[in-house]
Amino acid sequence: MPSMTTRKASWRAPSVLPGFGLTFGFSLAWLSLIVLIPLSTLFLKSAGMGWHAFVDVGFSSRALTAYRLSFGTAIAAAFVNAVFGLLVAWVLVRYEFPGKRVVSALVDLPFALPTAVAGIALTALYAPSGWVGQYLDPLGIKVAFTPIGITVALIFIGLPFVVRSVEPVLADLGKDVEEAAATLGANRAQTFARVIFPAILPALFTGFALAFARGVGEYGSVIFISGNMPGRTEIAPLLIVTQLEQYNYDGATAIAMVMMLVSFAVLFTLNALQSIRRRRLGA
Amino acid sequence: MRRHAPGTESRTAQVLLIGLALTFLAFFLMLPLVAVFSEALKQGIRPFLDAVTNPDAFSAIRLTLIIAAISVPLNMVFGLAASWAITKFSFPGKNLLLTLIDLPFSVSPVVSGLIFVLLFGAQGLLGPWLSAHGVKIIFAVPGIILATVFITFPFVARELIPLMMEQGKDDEEAALSLGANGWQTFWHVTLPNIRWGLLYGVLLCNARAMGEFGAVSVVSGHIRGETNTMPLHVEILYNEYDFVGAFAVASLLAALALVTLVLKSVLEWRFDLHSGASH
Repeated sequence: MPSMTTRKASWRAPSVLPGFGLTFGFSLAWLSLIVLIPLSTLFLKSAGMGWHAFVDVGFSSRALTAYRLSFGTAIAAAFVNAVFGLLVAWVLVRYEFPGKRVVSALVDLPFALPTAVAGIALTALYAPSGWVGQYLDPLGIKVAFTPIGITVALIFIGLPFVVRSVEPVLADLGKDVEEAAATLGANRAQTFARVIFPAILPALFTGFALAFARGVGEYGSVIFISGNMPGRTEIAPLLIVTQLEQYNYDGATAIAMVMMLVSFAVLFTLNALQSIRRRRLGA
Repeated sequence: MRRHAPGTESRTAQVLLIGLALTFLAFFLMLPLVAVFSEALKQGIRPFLDAVTNPDAFSAIRLTLIIAAISVPLNMVFGLAASWAITKFSFPGKNLLLTLIDLPFSVSPVVSGLIFVLLFGAQGLLGPWLSAHGVKIIFAVPGIILATVFITFPFVARELIPLMMEQGKDDEEAALSLGANGWQTFWHVTLPNIRWGLLYGVLLCNARAMGEFGAVSVVSGHIRGETNTMPLHVEILYNEYDFVGAFAVASLLAALALVTLVLKSVLEWRFDLHSGASH
């Protein structure tokens, strides 16, 4: 092994600590075996299909409807989460109230609760005969088995991403700037809009992007509450499963590929927007 | 005129905001949790116990425990190795490596299952070779383990990397200069330093491993008593309109989630660990 150590030493910065070859080699091998090679089969399979076959299934009208639904509900849910996640983070950081620690722990419930459990629980609540649904139904508001129900499930799934992104930034925000704004005659609303909000906007953006990314691909919590009607409440991940059940591997691959490329593009754009903003602020 | 300190809201505004936040959390987080237990015990304790002790439920619980017992230690070893290489050394391409480790977070669970079907399934890349040698991965336990390891891949590494970055490498260098070898340094210096962070990562990894639905659903084949995990069993019972049974098994998973949250909060309060926004 000595020859390897000298070779590595020229490639990385020298260190007295041992174990670089072992840990780096193992990490890279395991990463390749579990993540990179399996993911690359998606690209290989898509490439092998030929352009026309790919477009035929990947952009069929049923697939397009499913993408619209998946991306639309994910964006709607991420917006609701950006508003209420900010409110929850604000209340948790700034105010004292009884039971605060329990509430704070509860915010992480969507990380800990299996998605299928969340799915059947939300369906039980928002079905026309459910605890909440029975009051909404007479008002003509149908939640379960409509796109609203899908959005409700995605709000549940995405909430902690926003709260946990905003919370630390809000906690680190010095009170002195706000007090300065107040002394200069700004009222509370002005201080929030002009001083606090710009400071937490990047974190809110990150939370939004994480919630959105999770929502687009979400499956377990959605399939119970959505009702899965093709053309109406059929999300893109479900369409992939449907194709697989019919042994249409090409179809499943094409839809998966389109979904992944679009969500990477959205995340890339959000990141680029953020770095442009940062550069403008000179930070 | 101003009754409250500058830079704070009036008490009325505070109560209103707290009330609004708690109402939102009650509808979206608290009610679903209460609904799981209430639906499970709707017809009393007997049907609940029957559903939980049913042989199919029992084998689903066993399989879920086996899956977690295999995939969590694998990701723990990977997390330790990756964070050692990333935080104790500097090398080009580190950011790319960090991005690649996070990749499974941005892949849909269904796609995570699909890629293993494309690789190991009957019509997959390695399918013919595997079936010629009598190895079954898809619609069998190995496939479920692979999909679970993929889904939970970043959890431990994500928790350890920031922690070890912050701790630096002074302690390790001191141990080495005092004559300890690499393994001794790791066992007696690094591991005690990071044990609570490691536990935290393992806790979150385990919760996701036991609860994963989408990816596992694609590779499992839903064979009762063989490849049915607890979340899949919940789905089967639910689709058969056995709602009490579905919610009974779901309530076990919800109880696991509550235990996870309690342990997580204890770790955060006692050892000042932060959850981060990533998972």
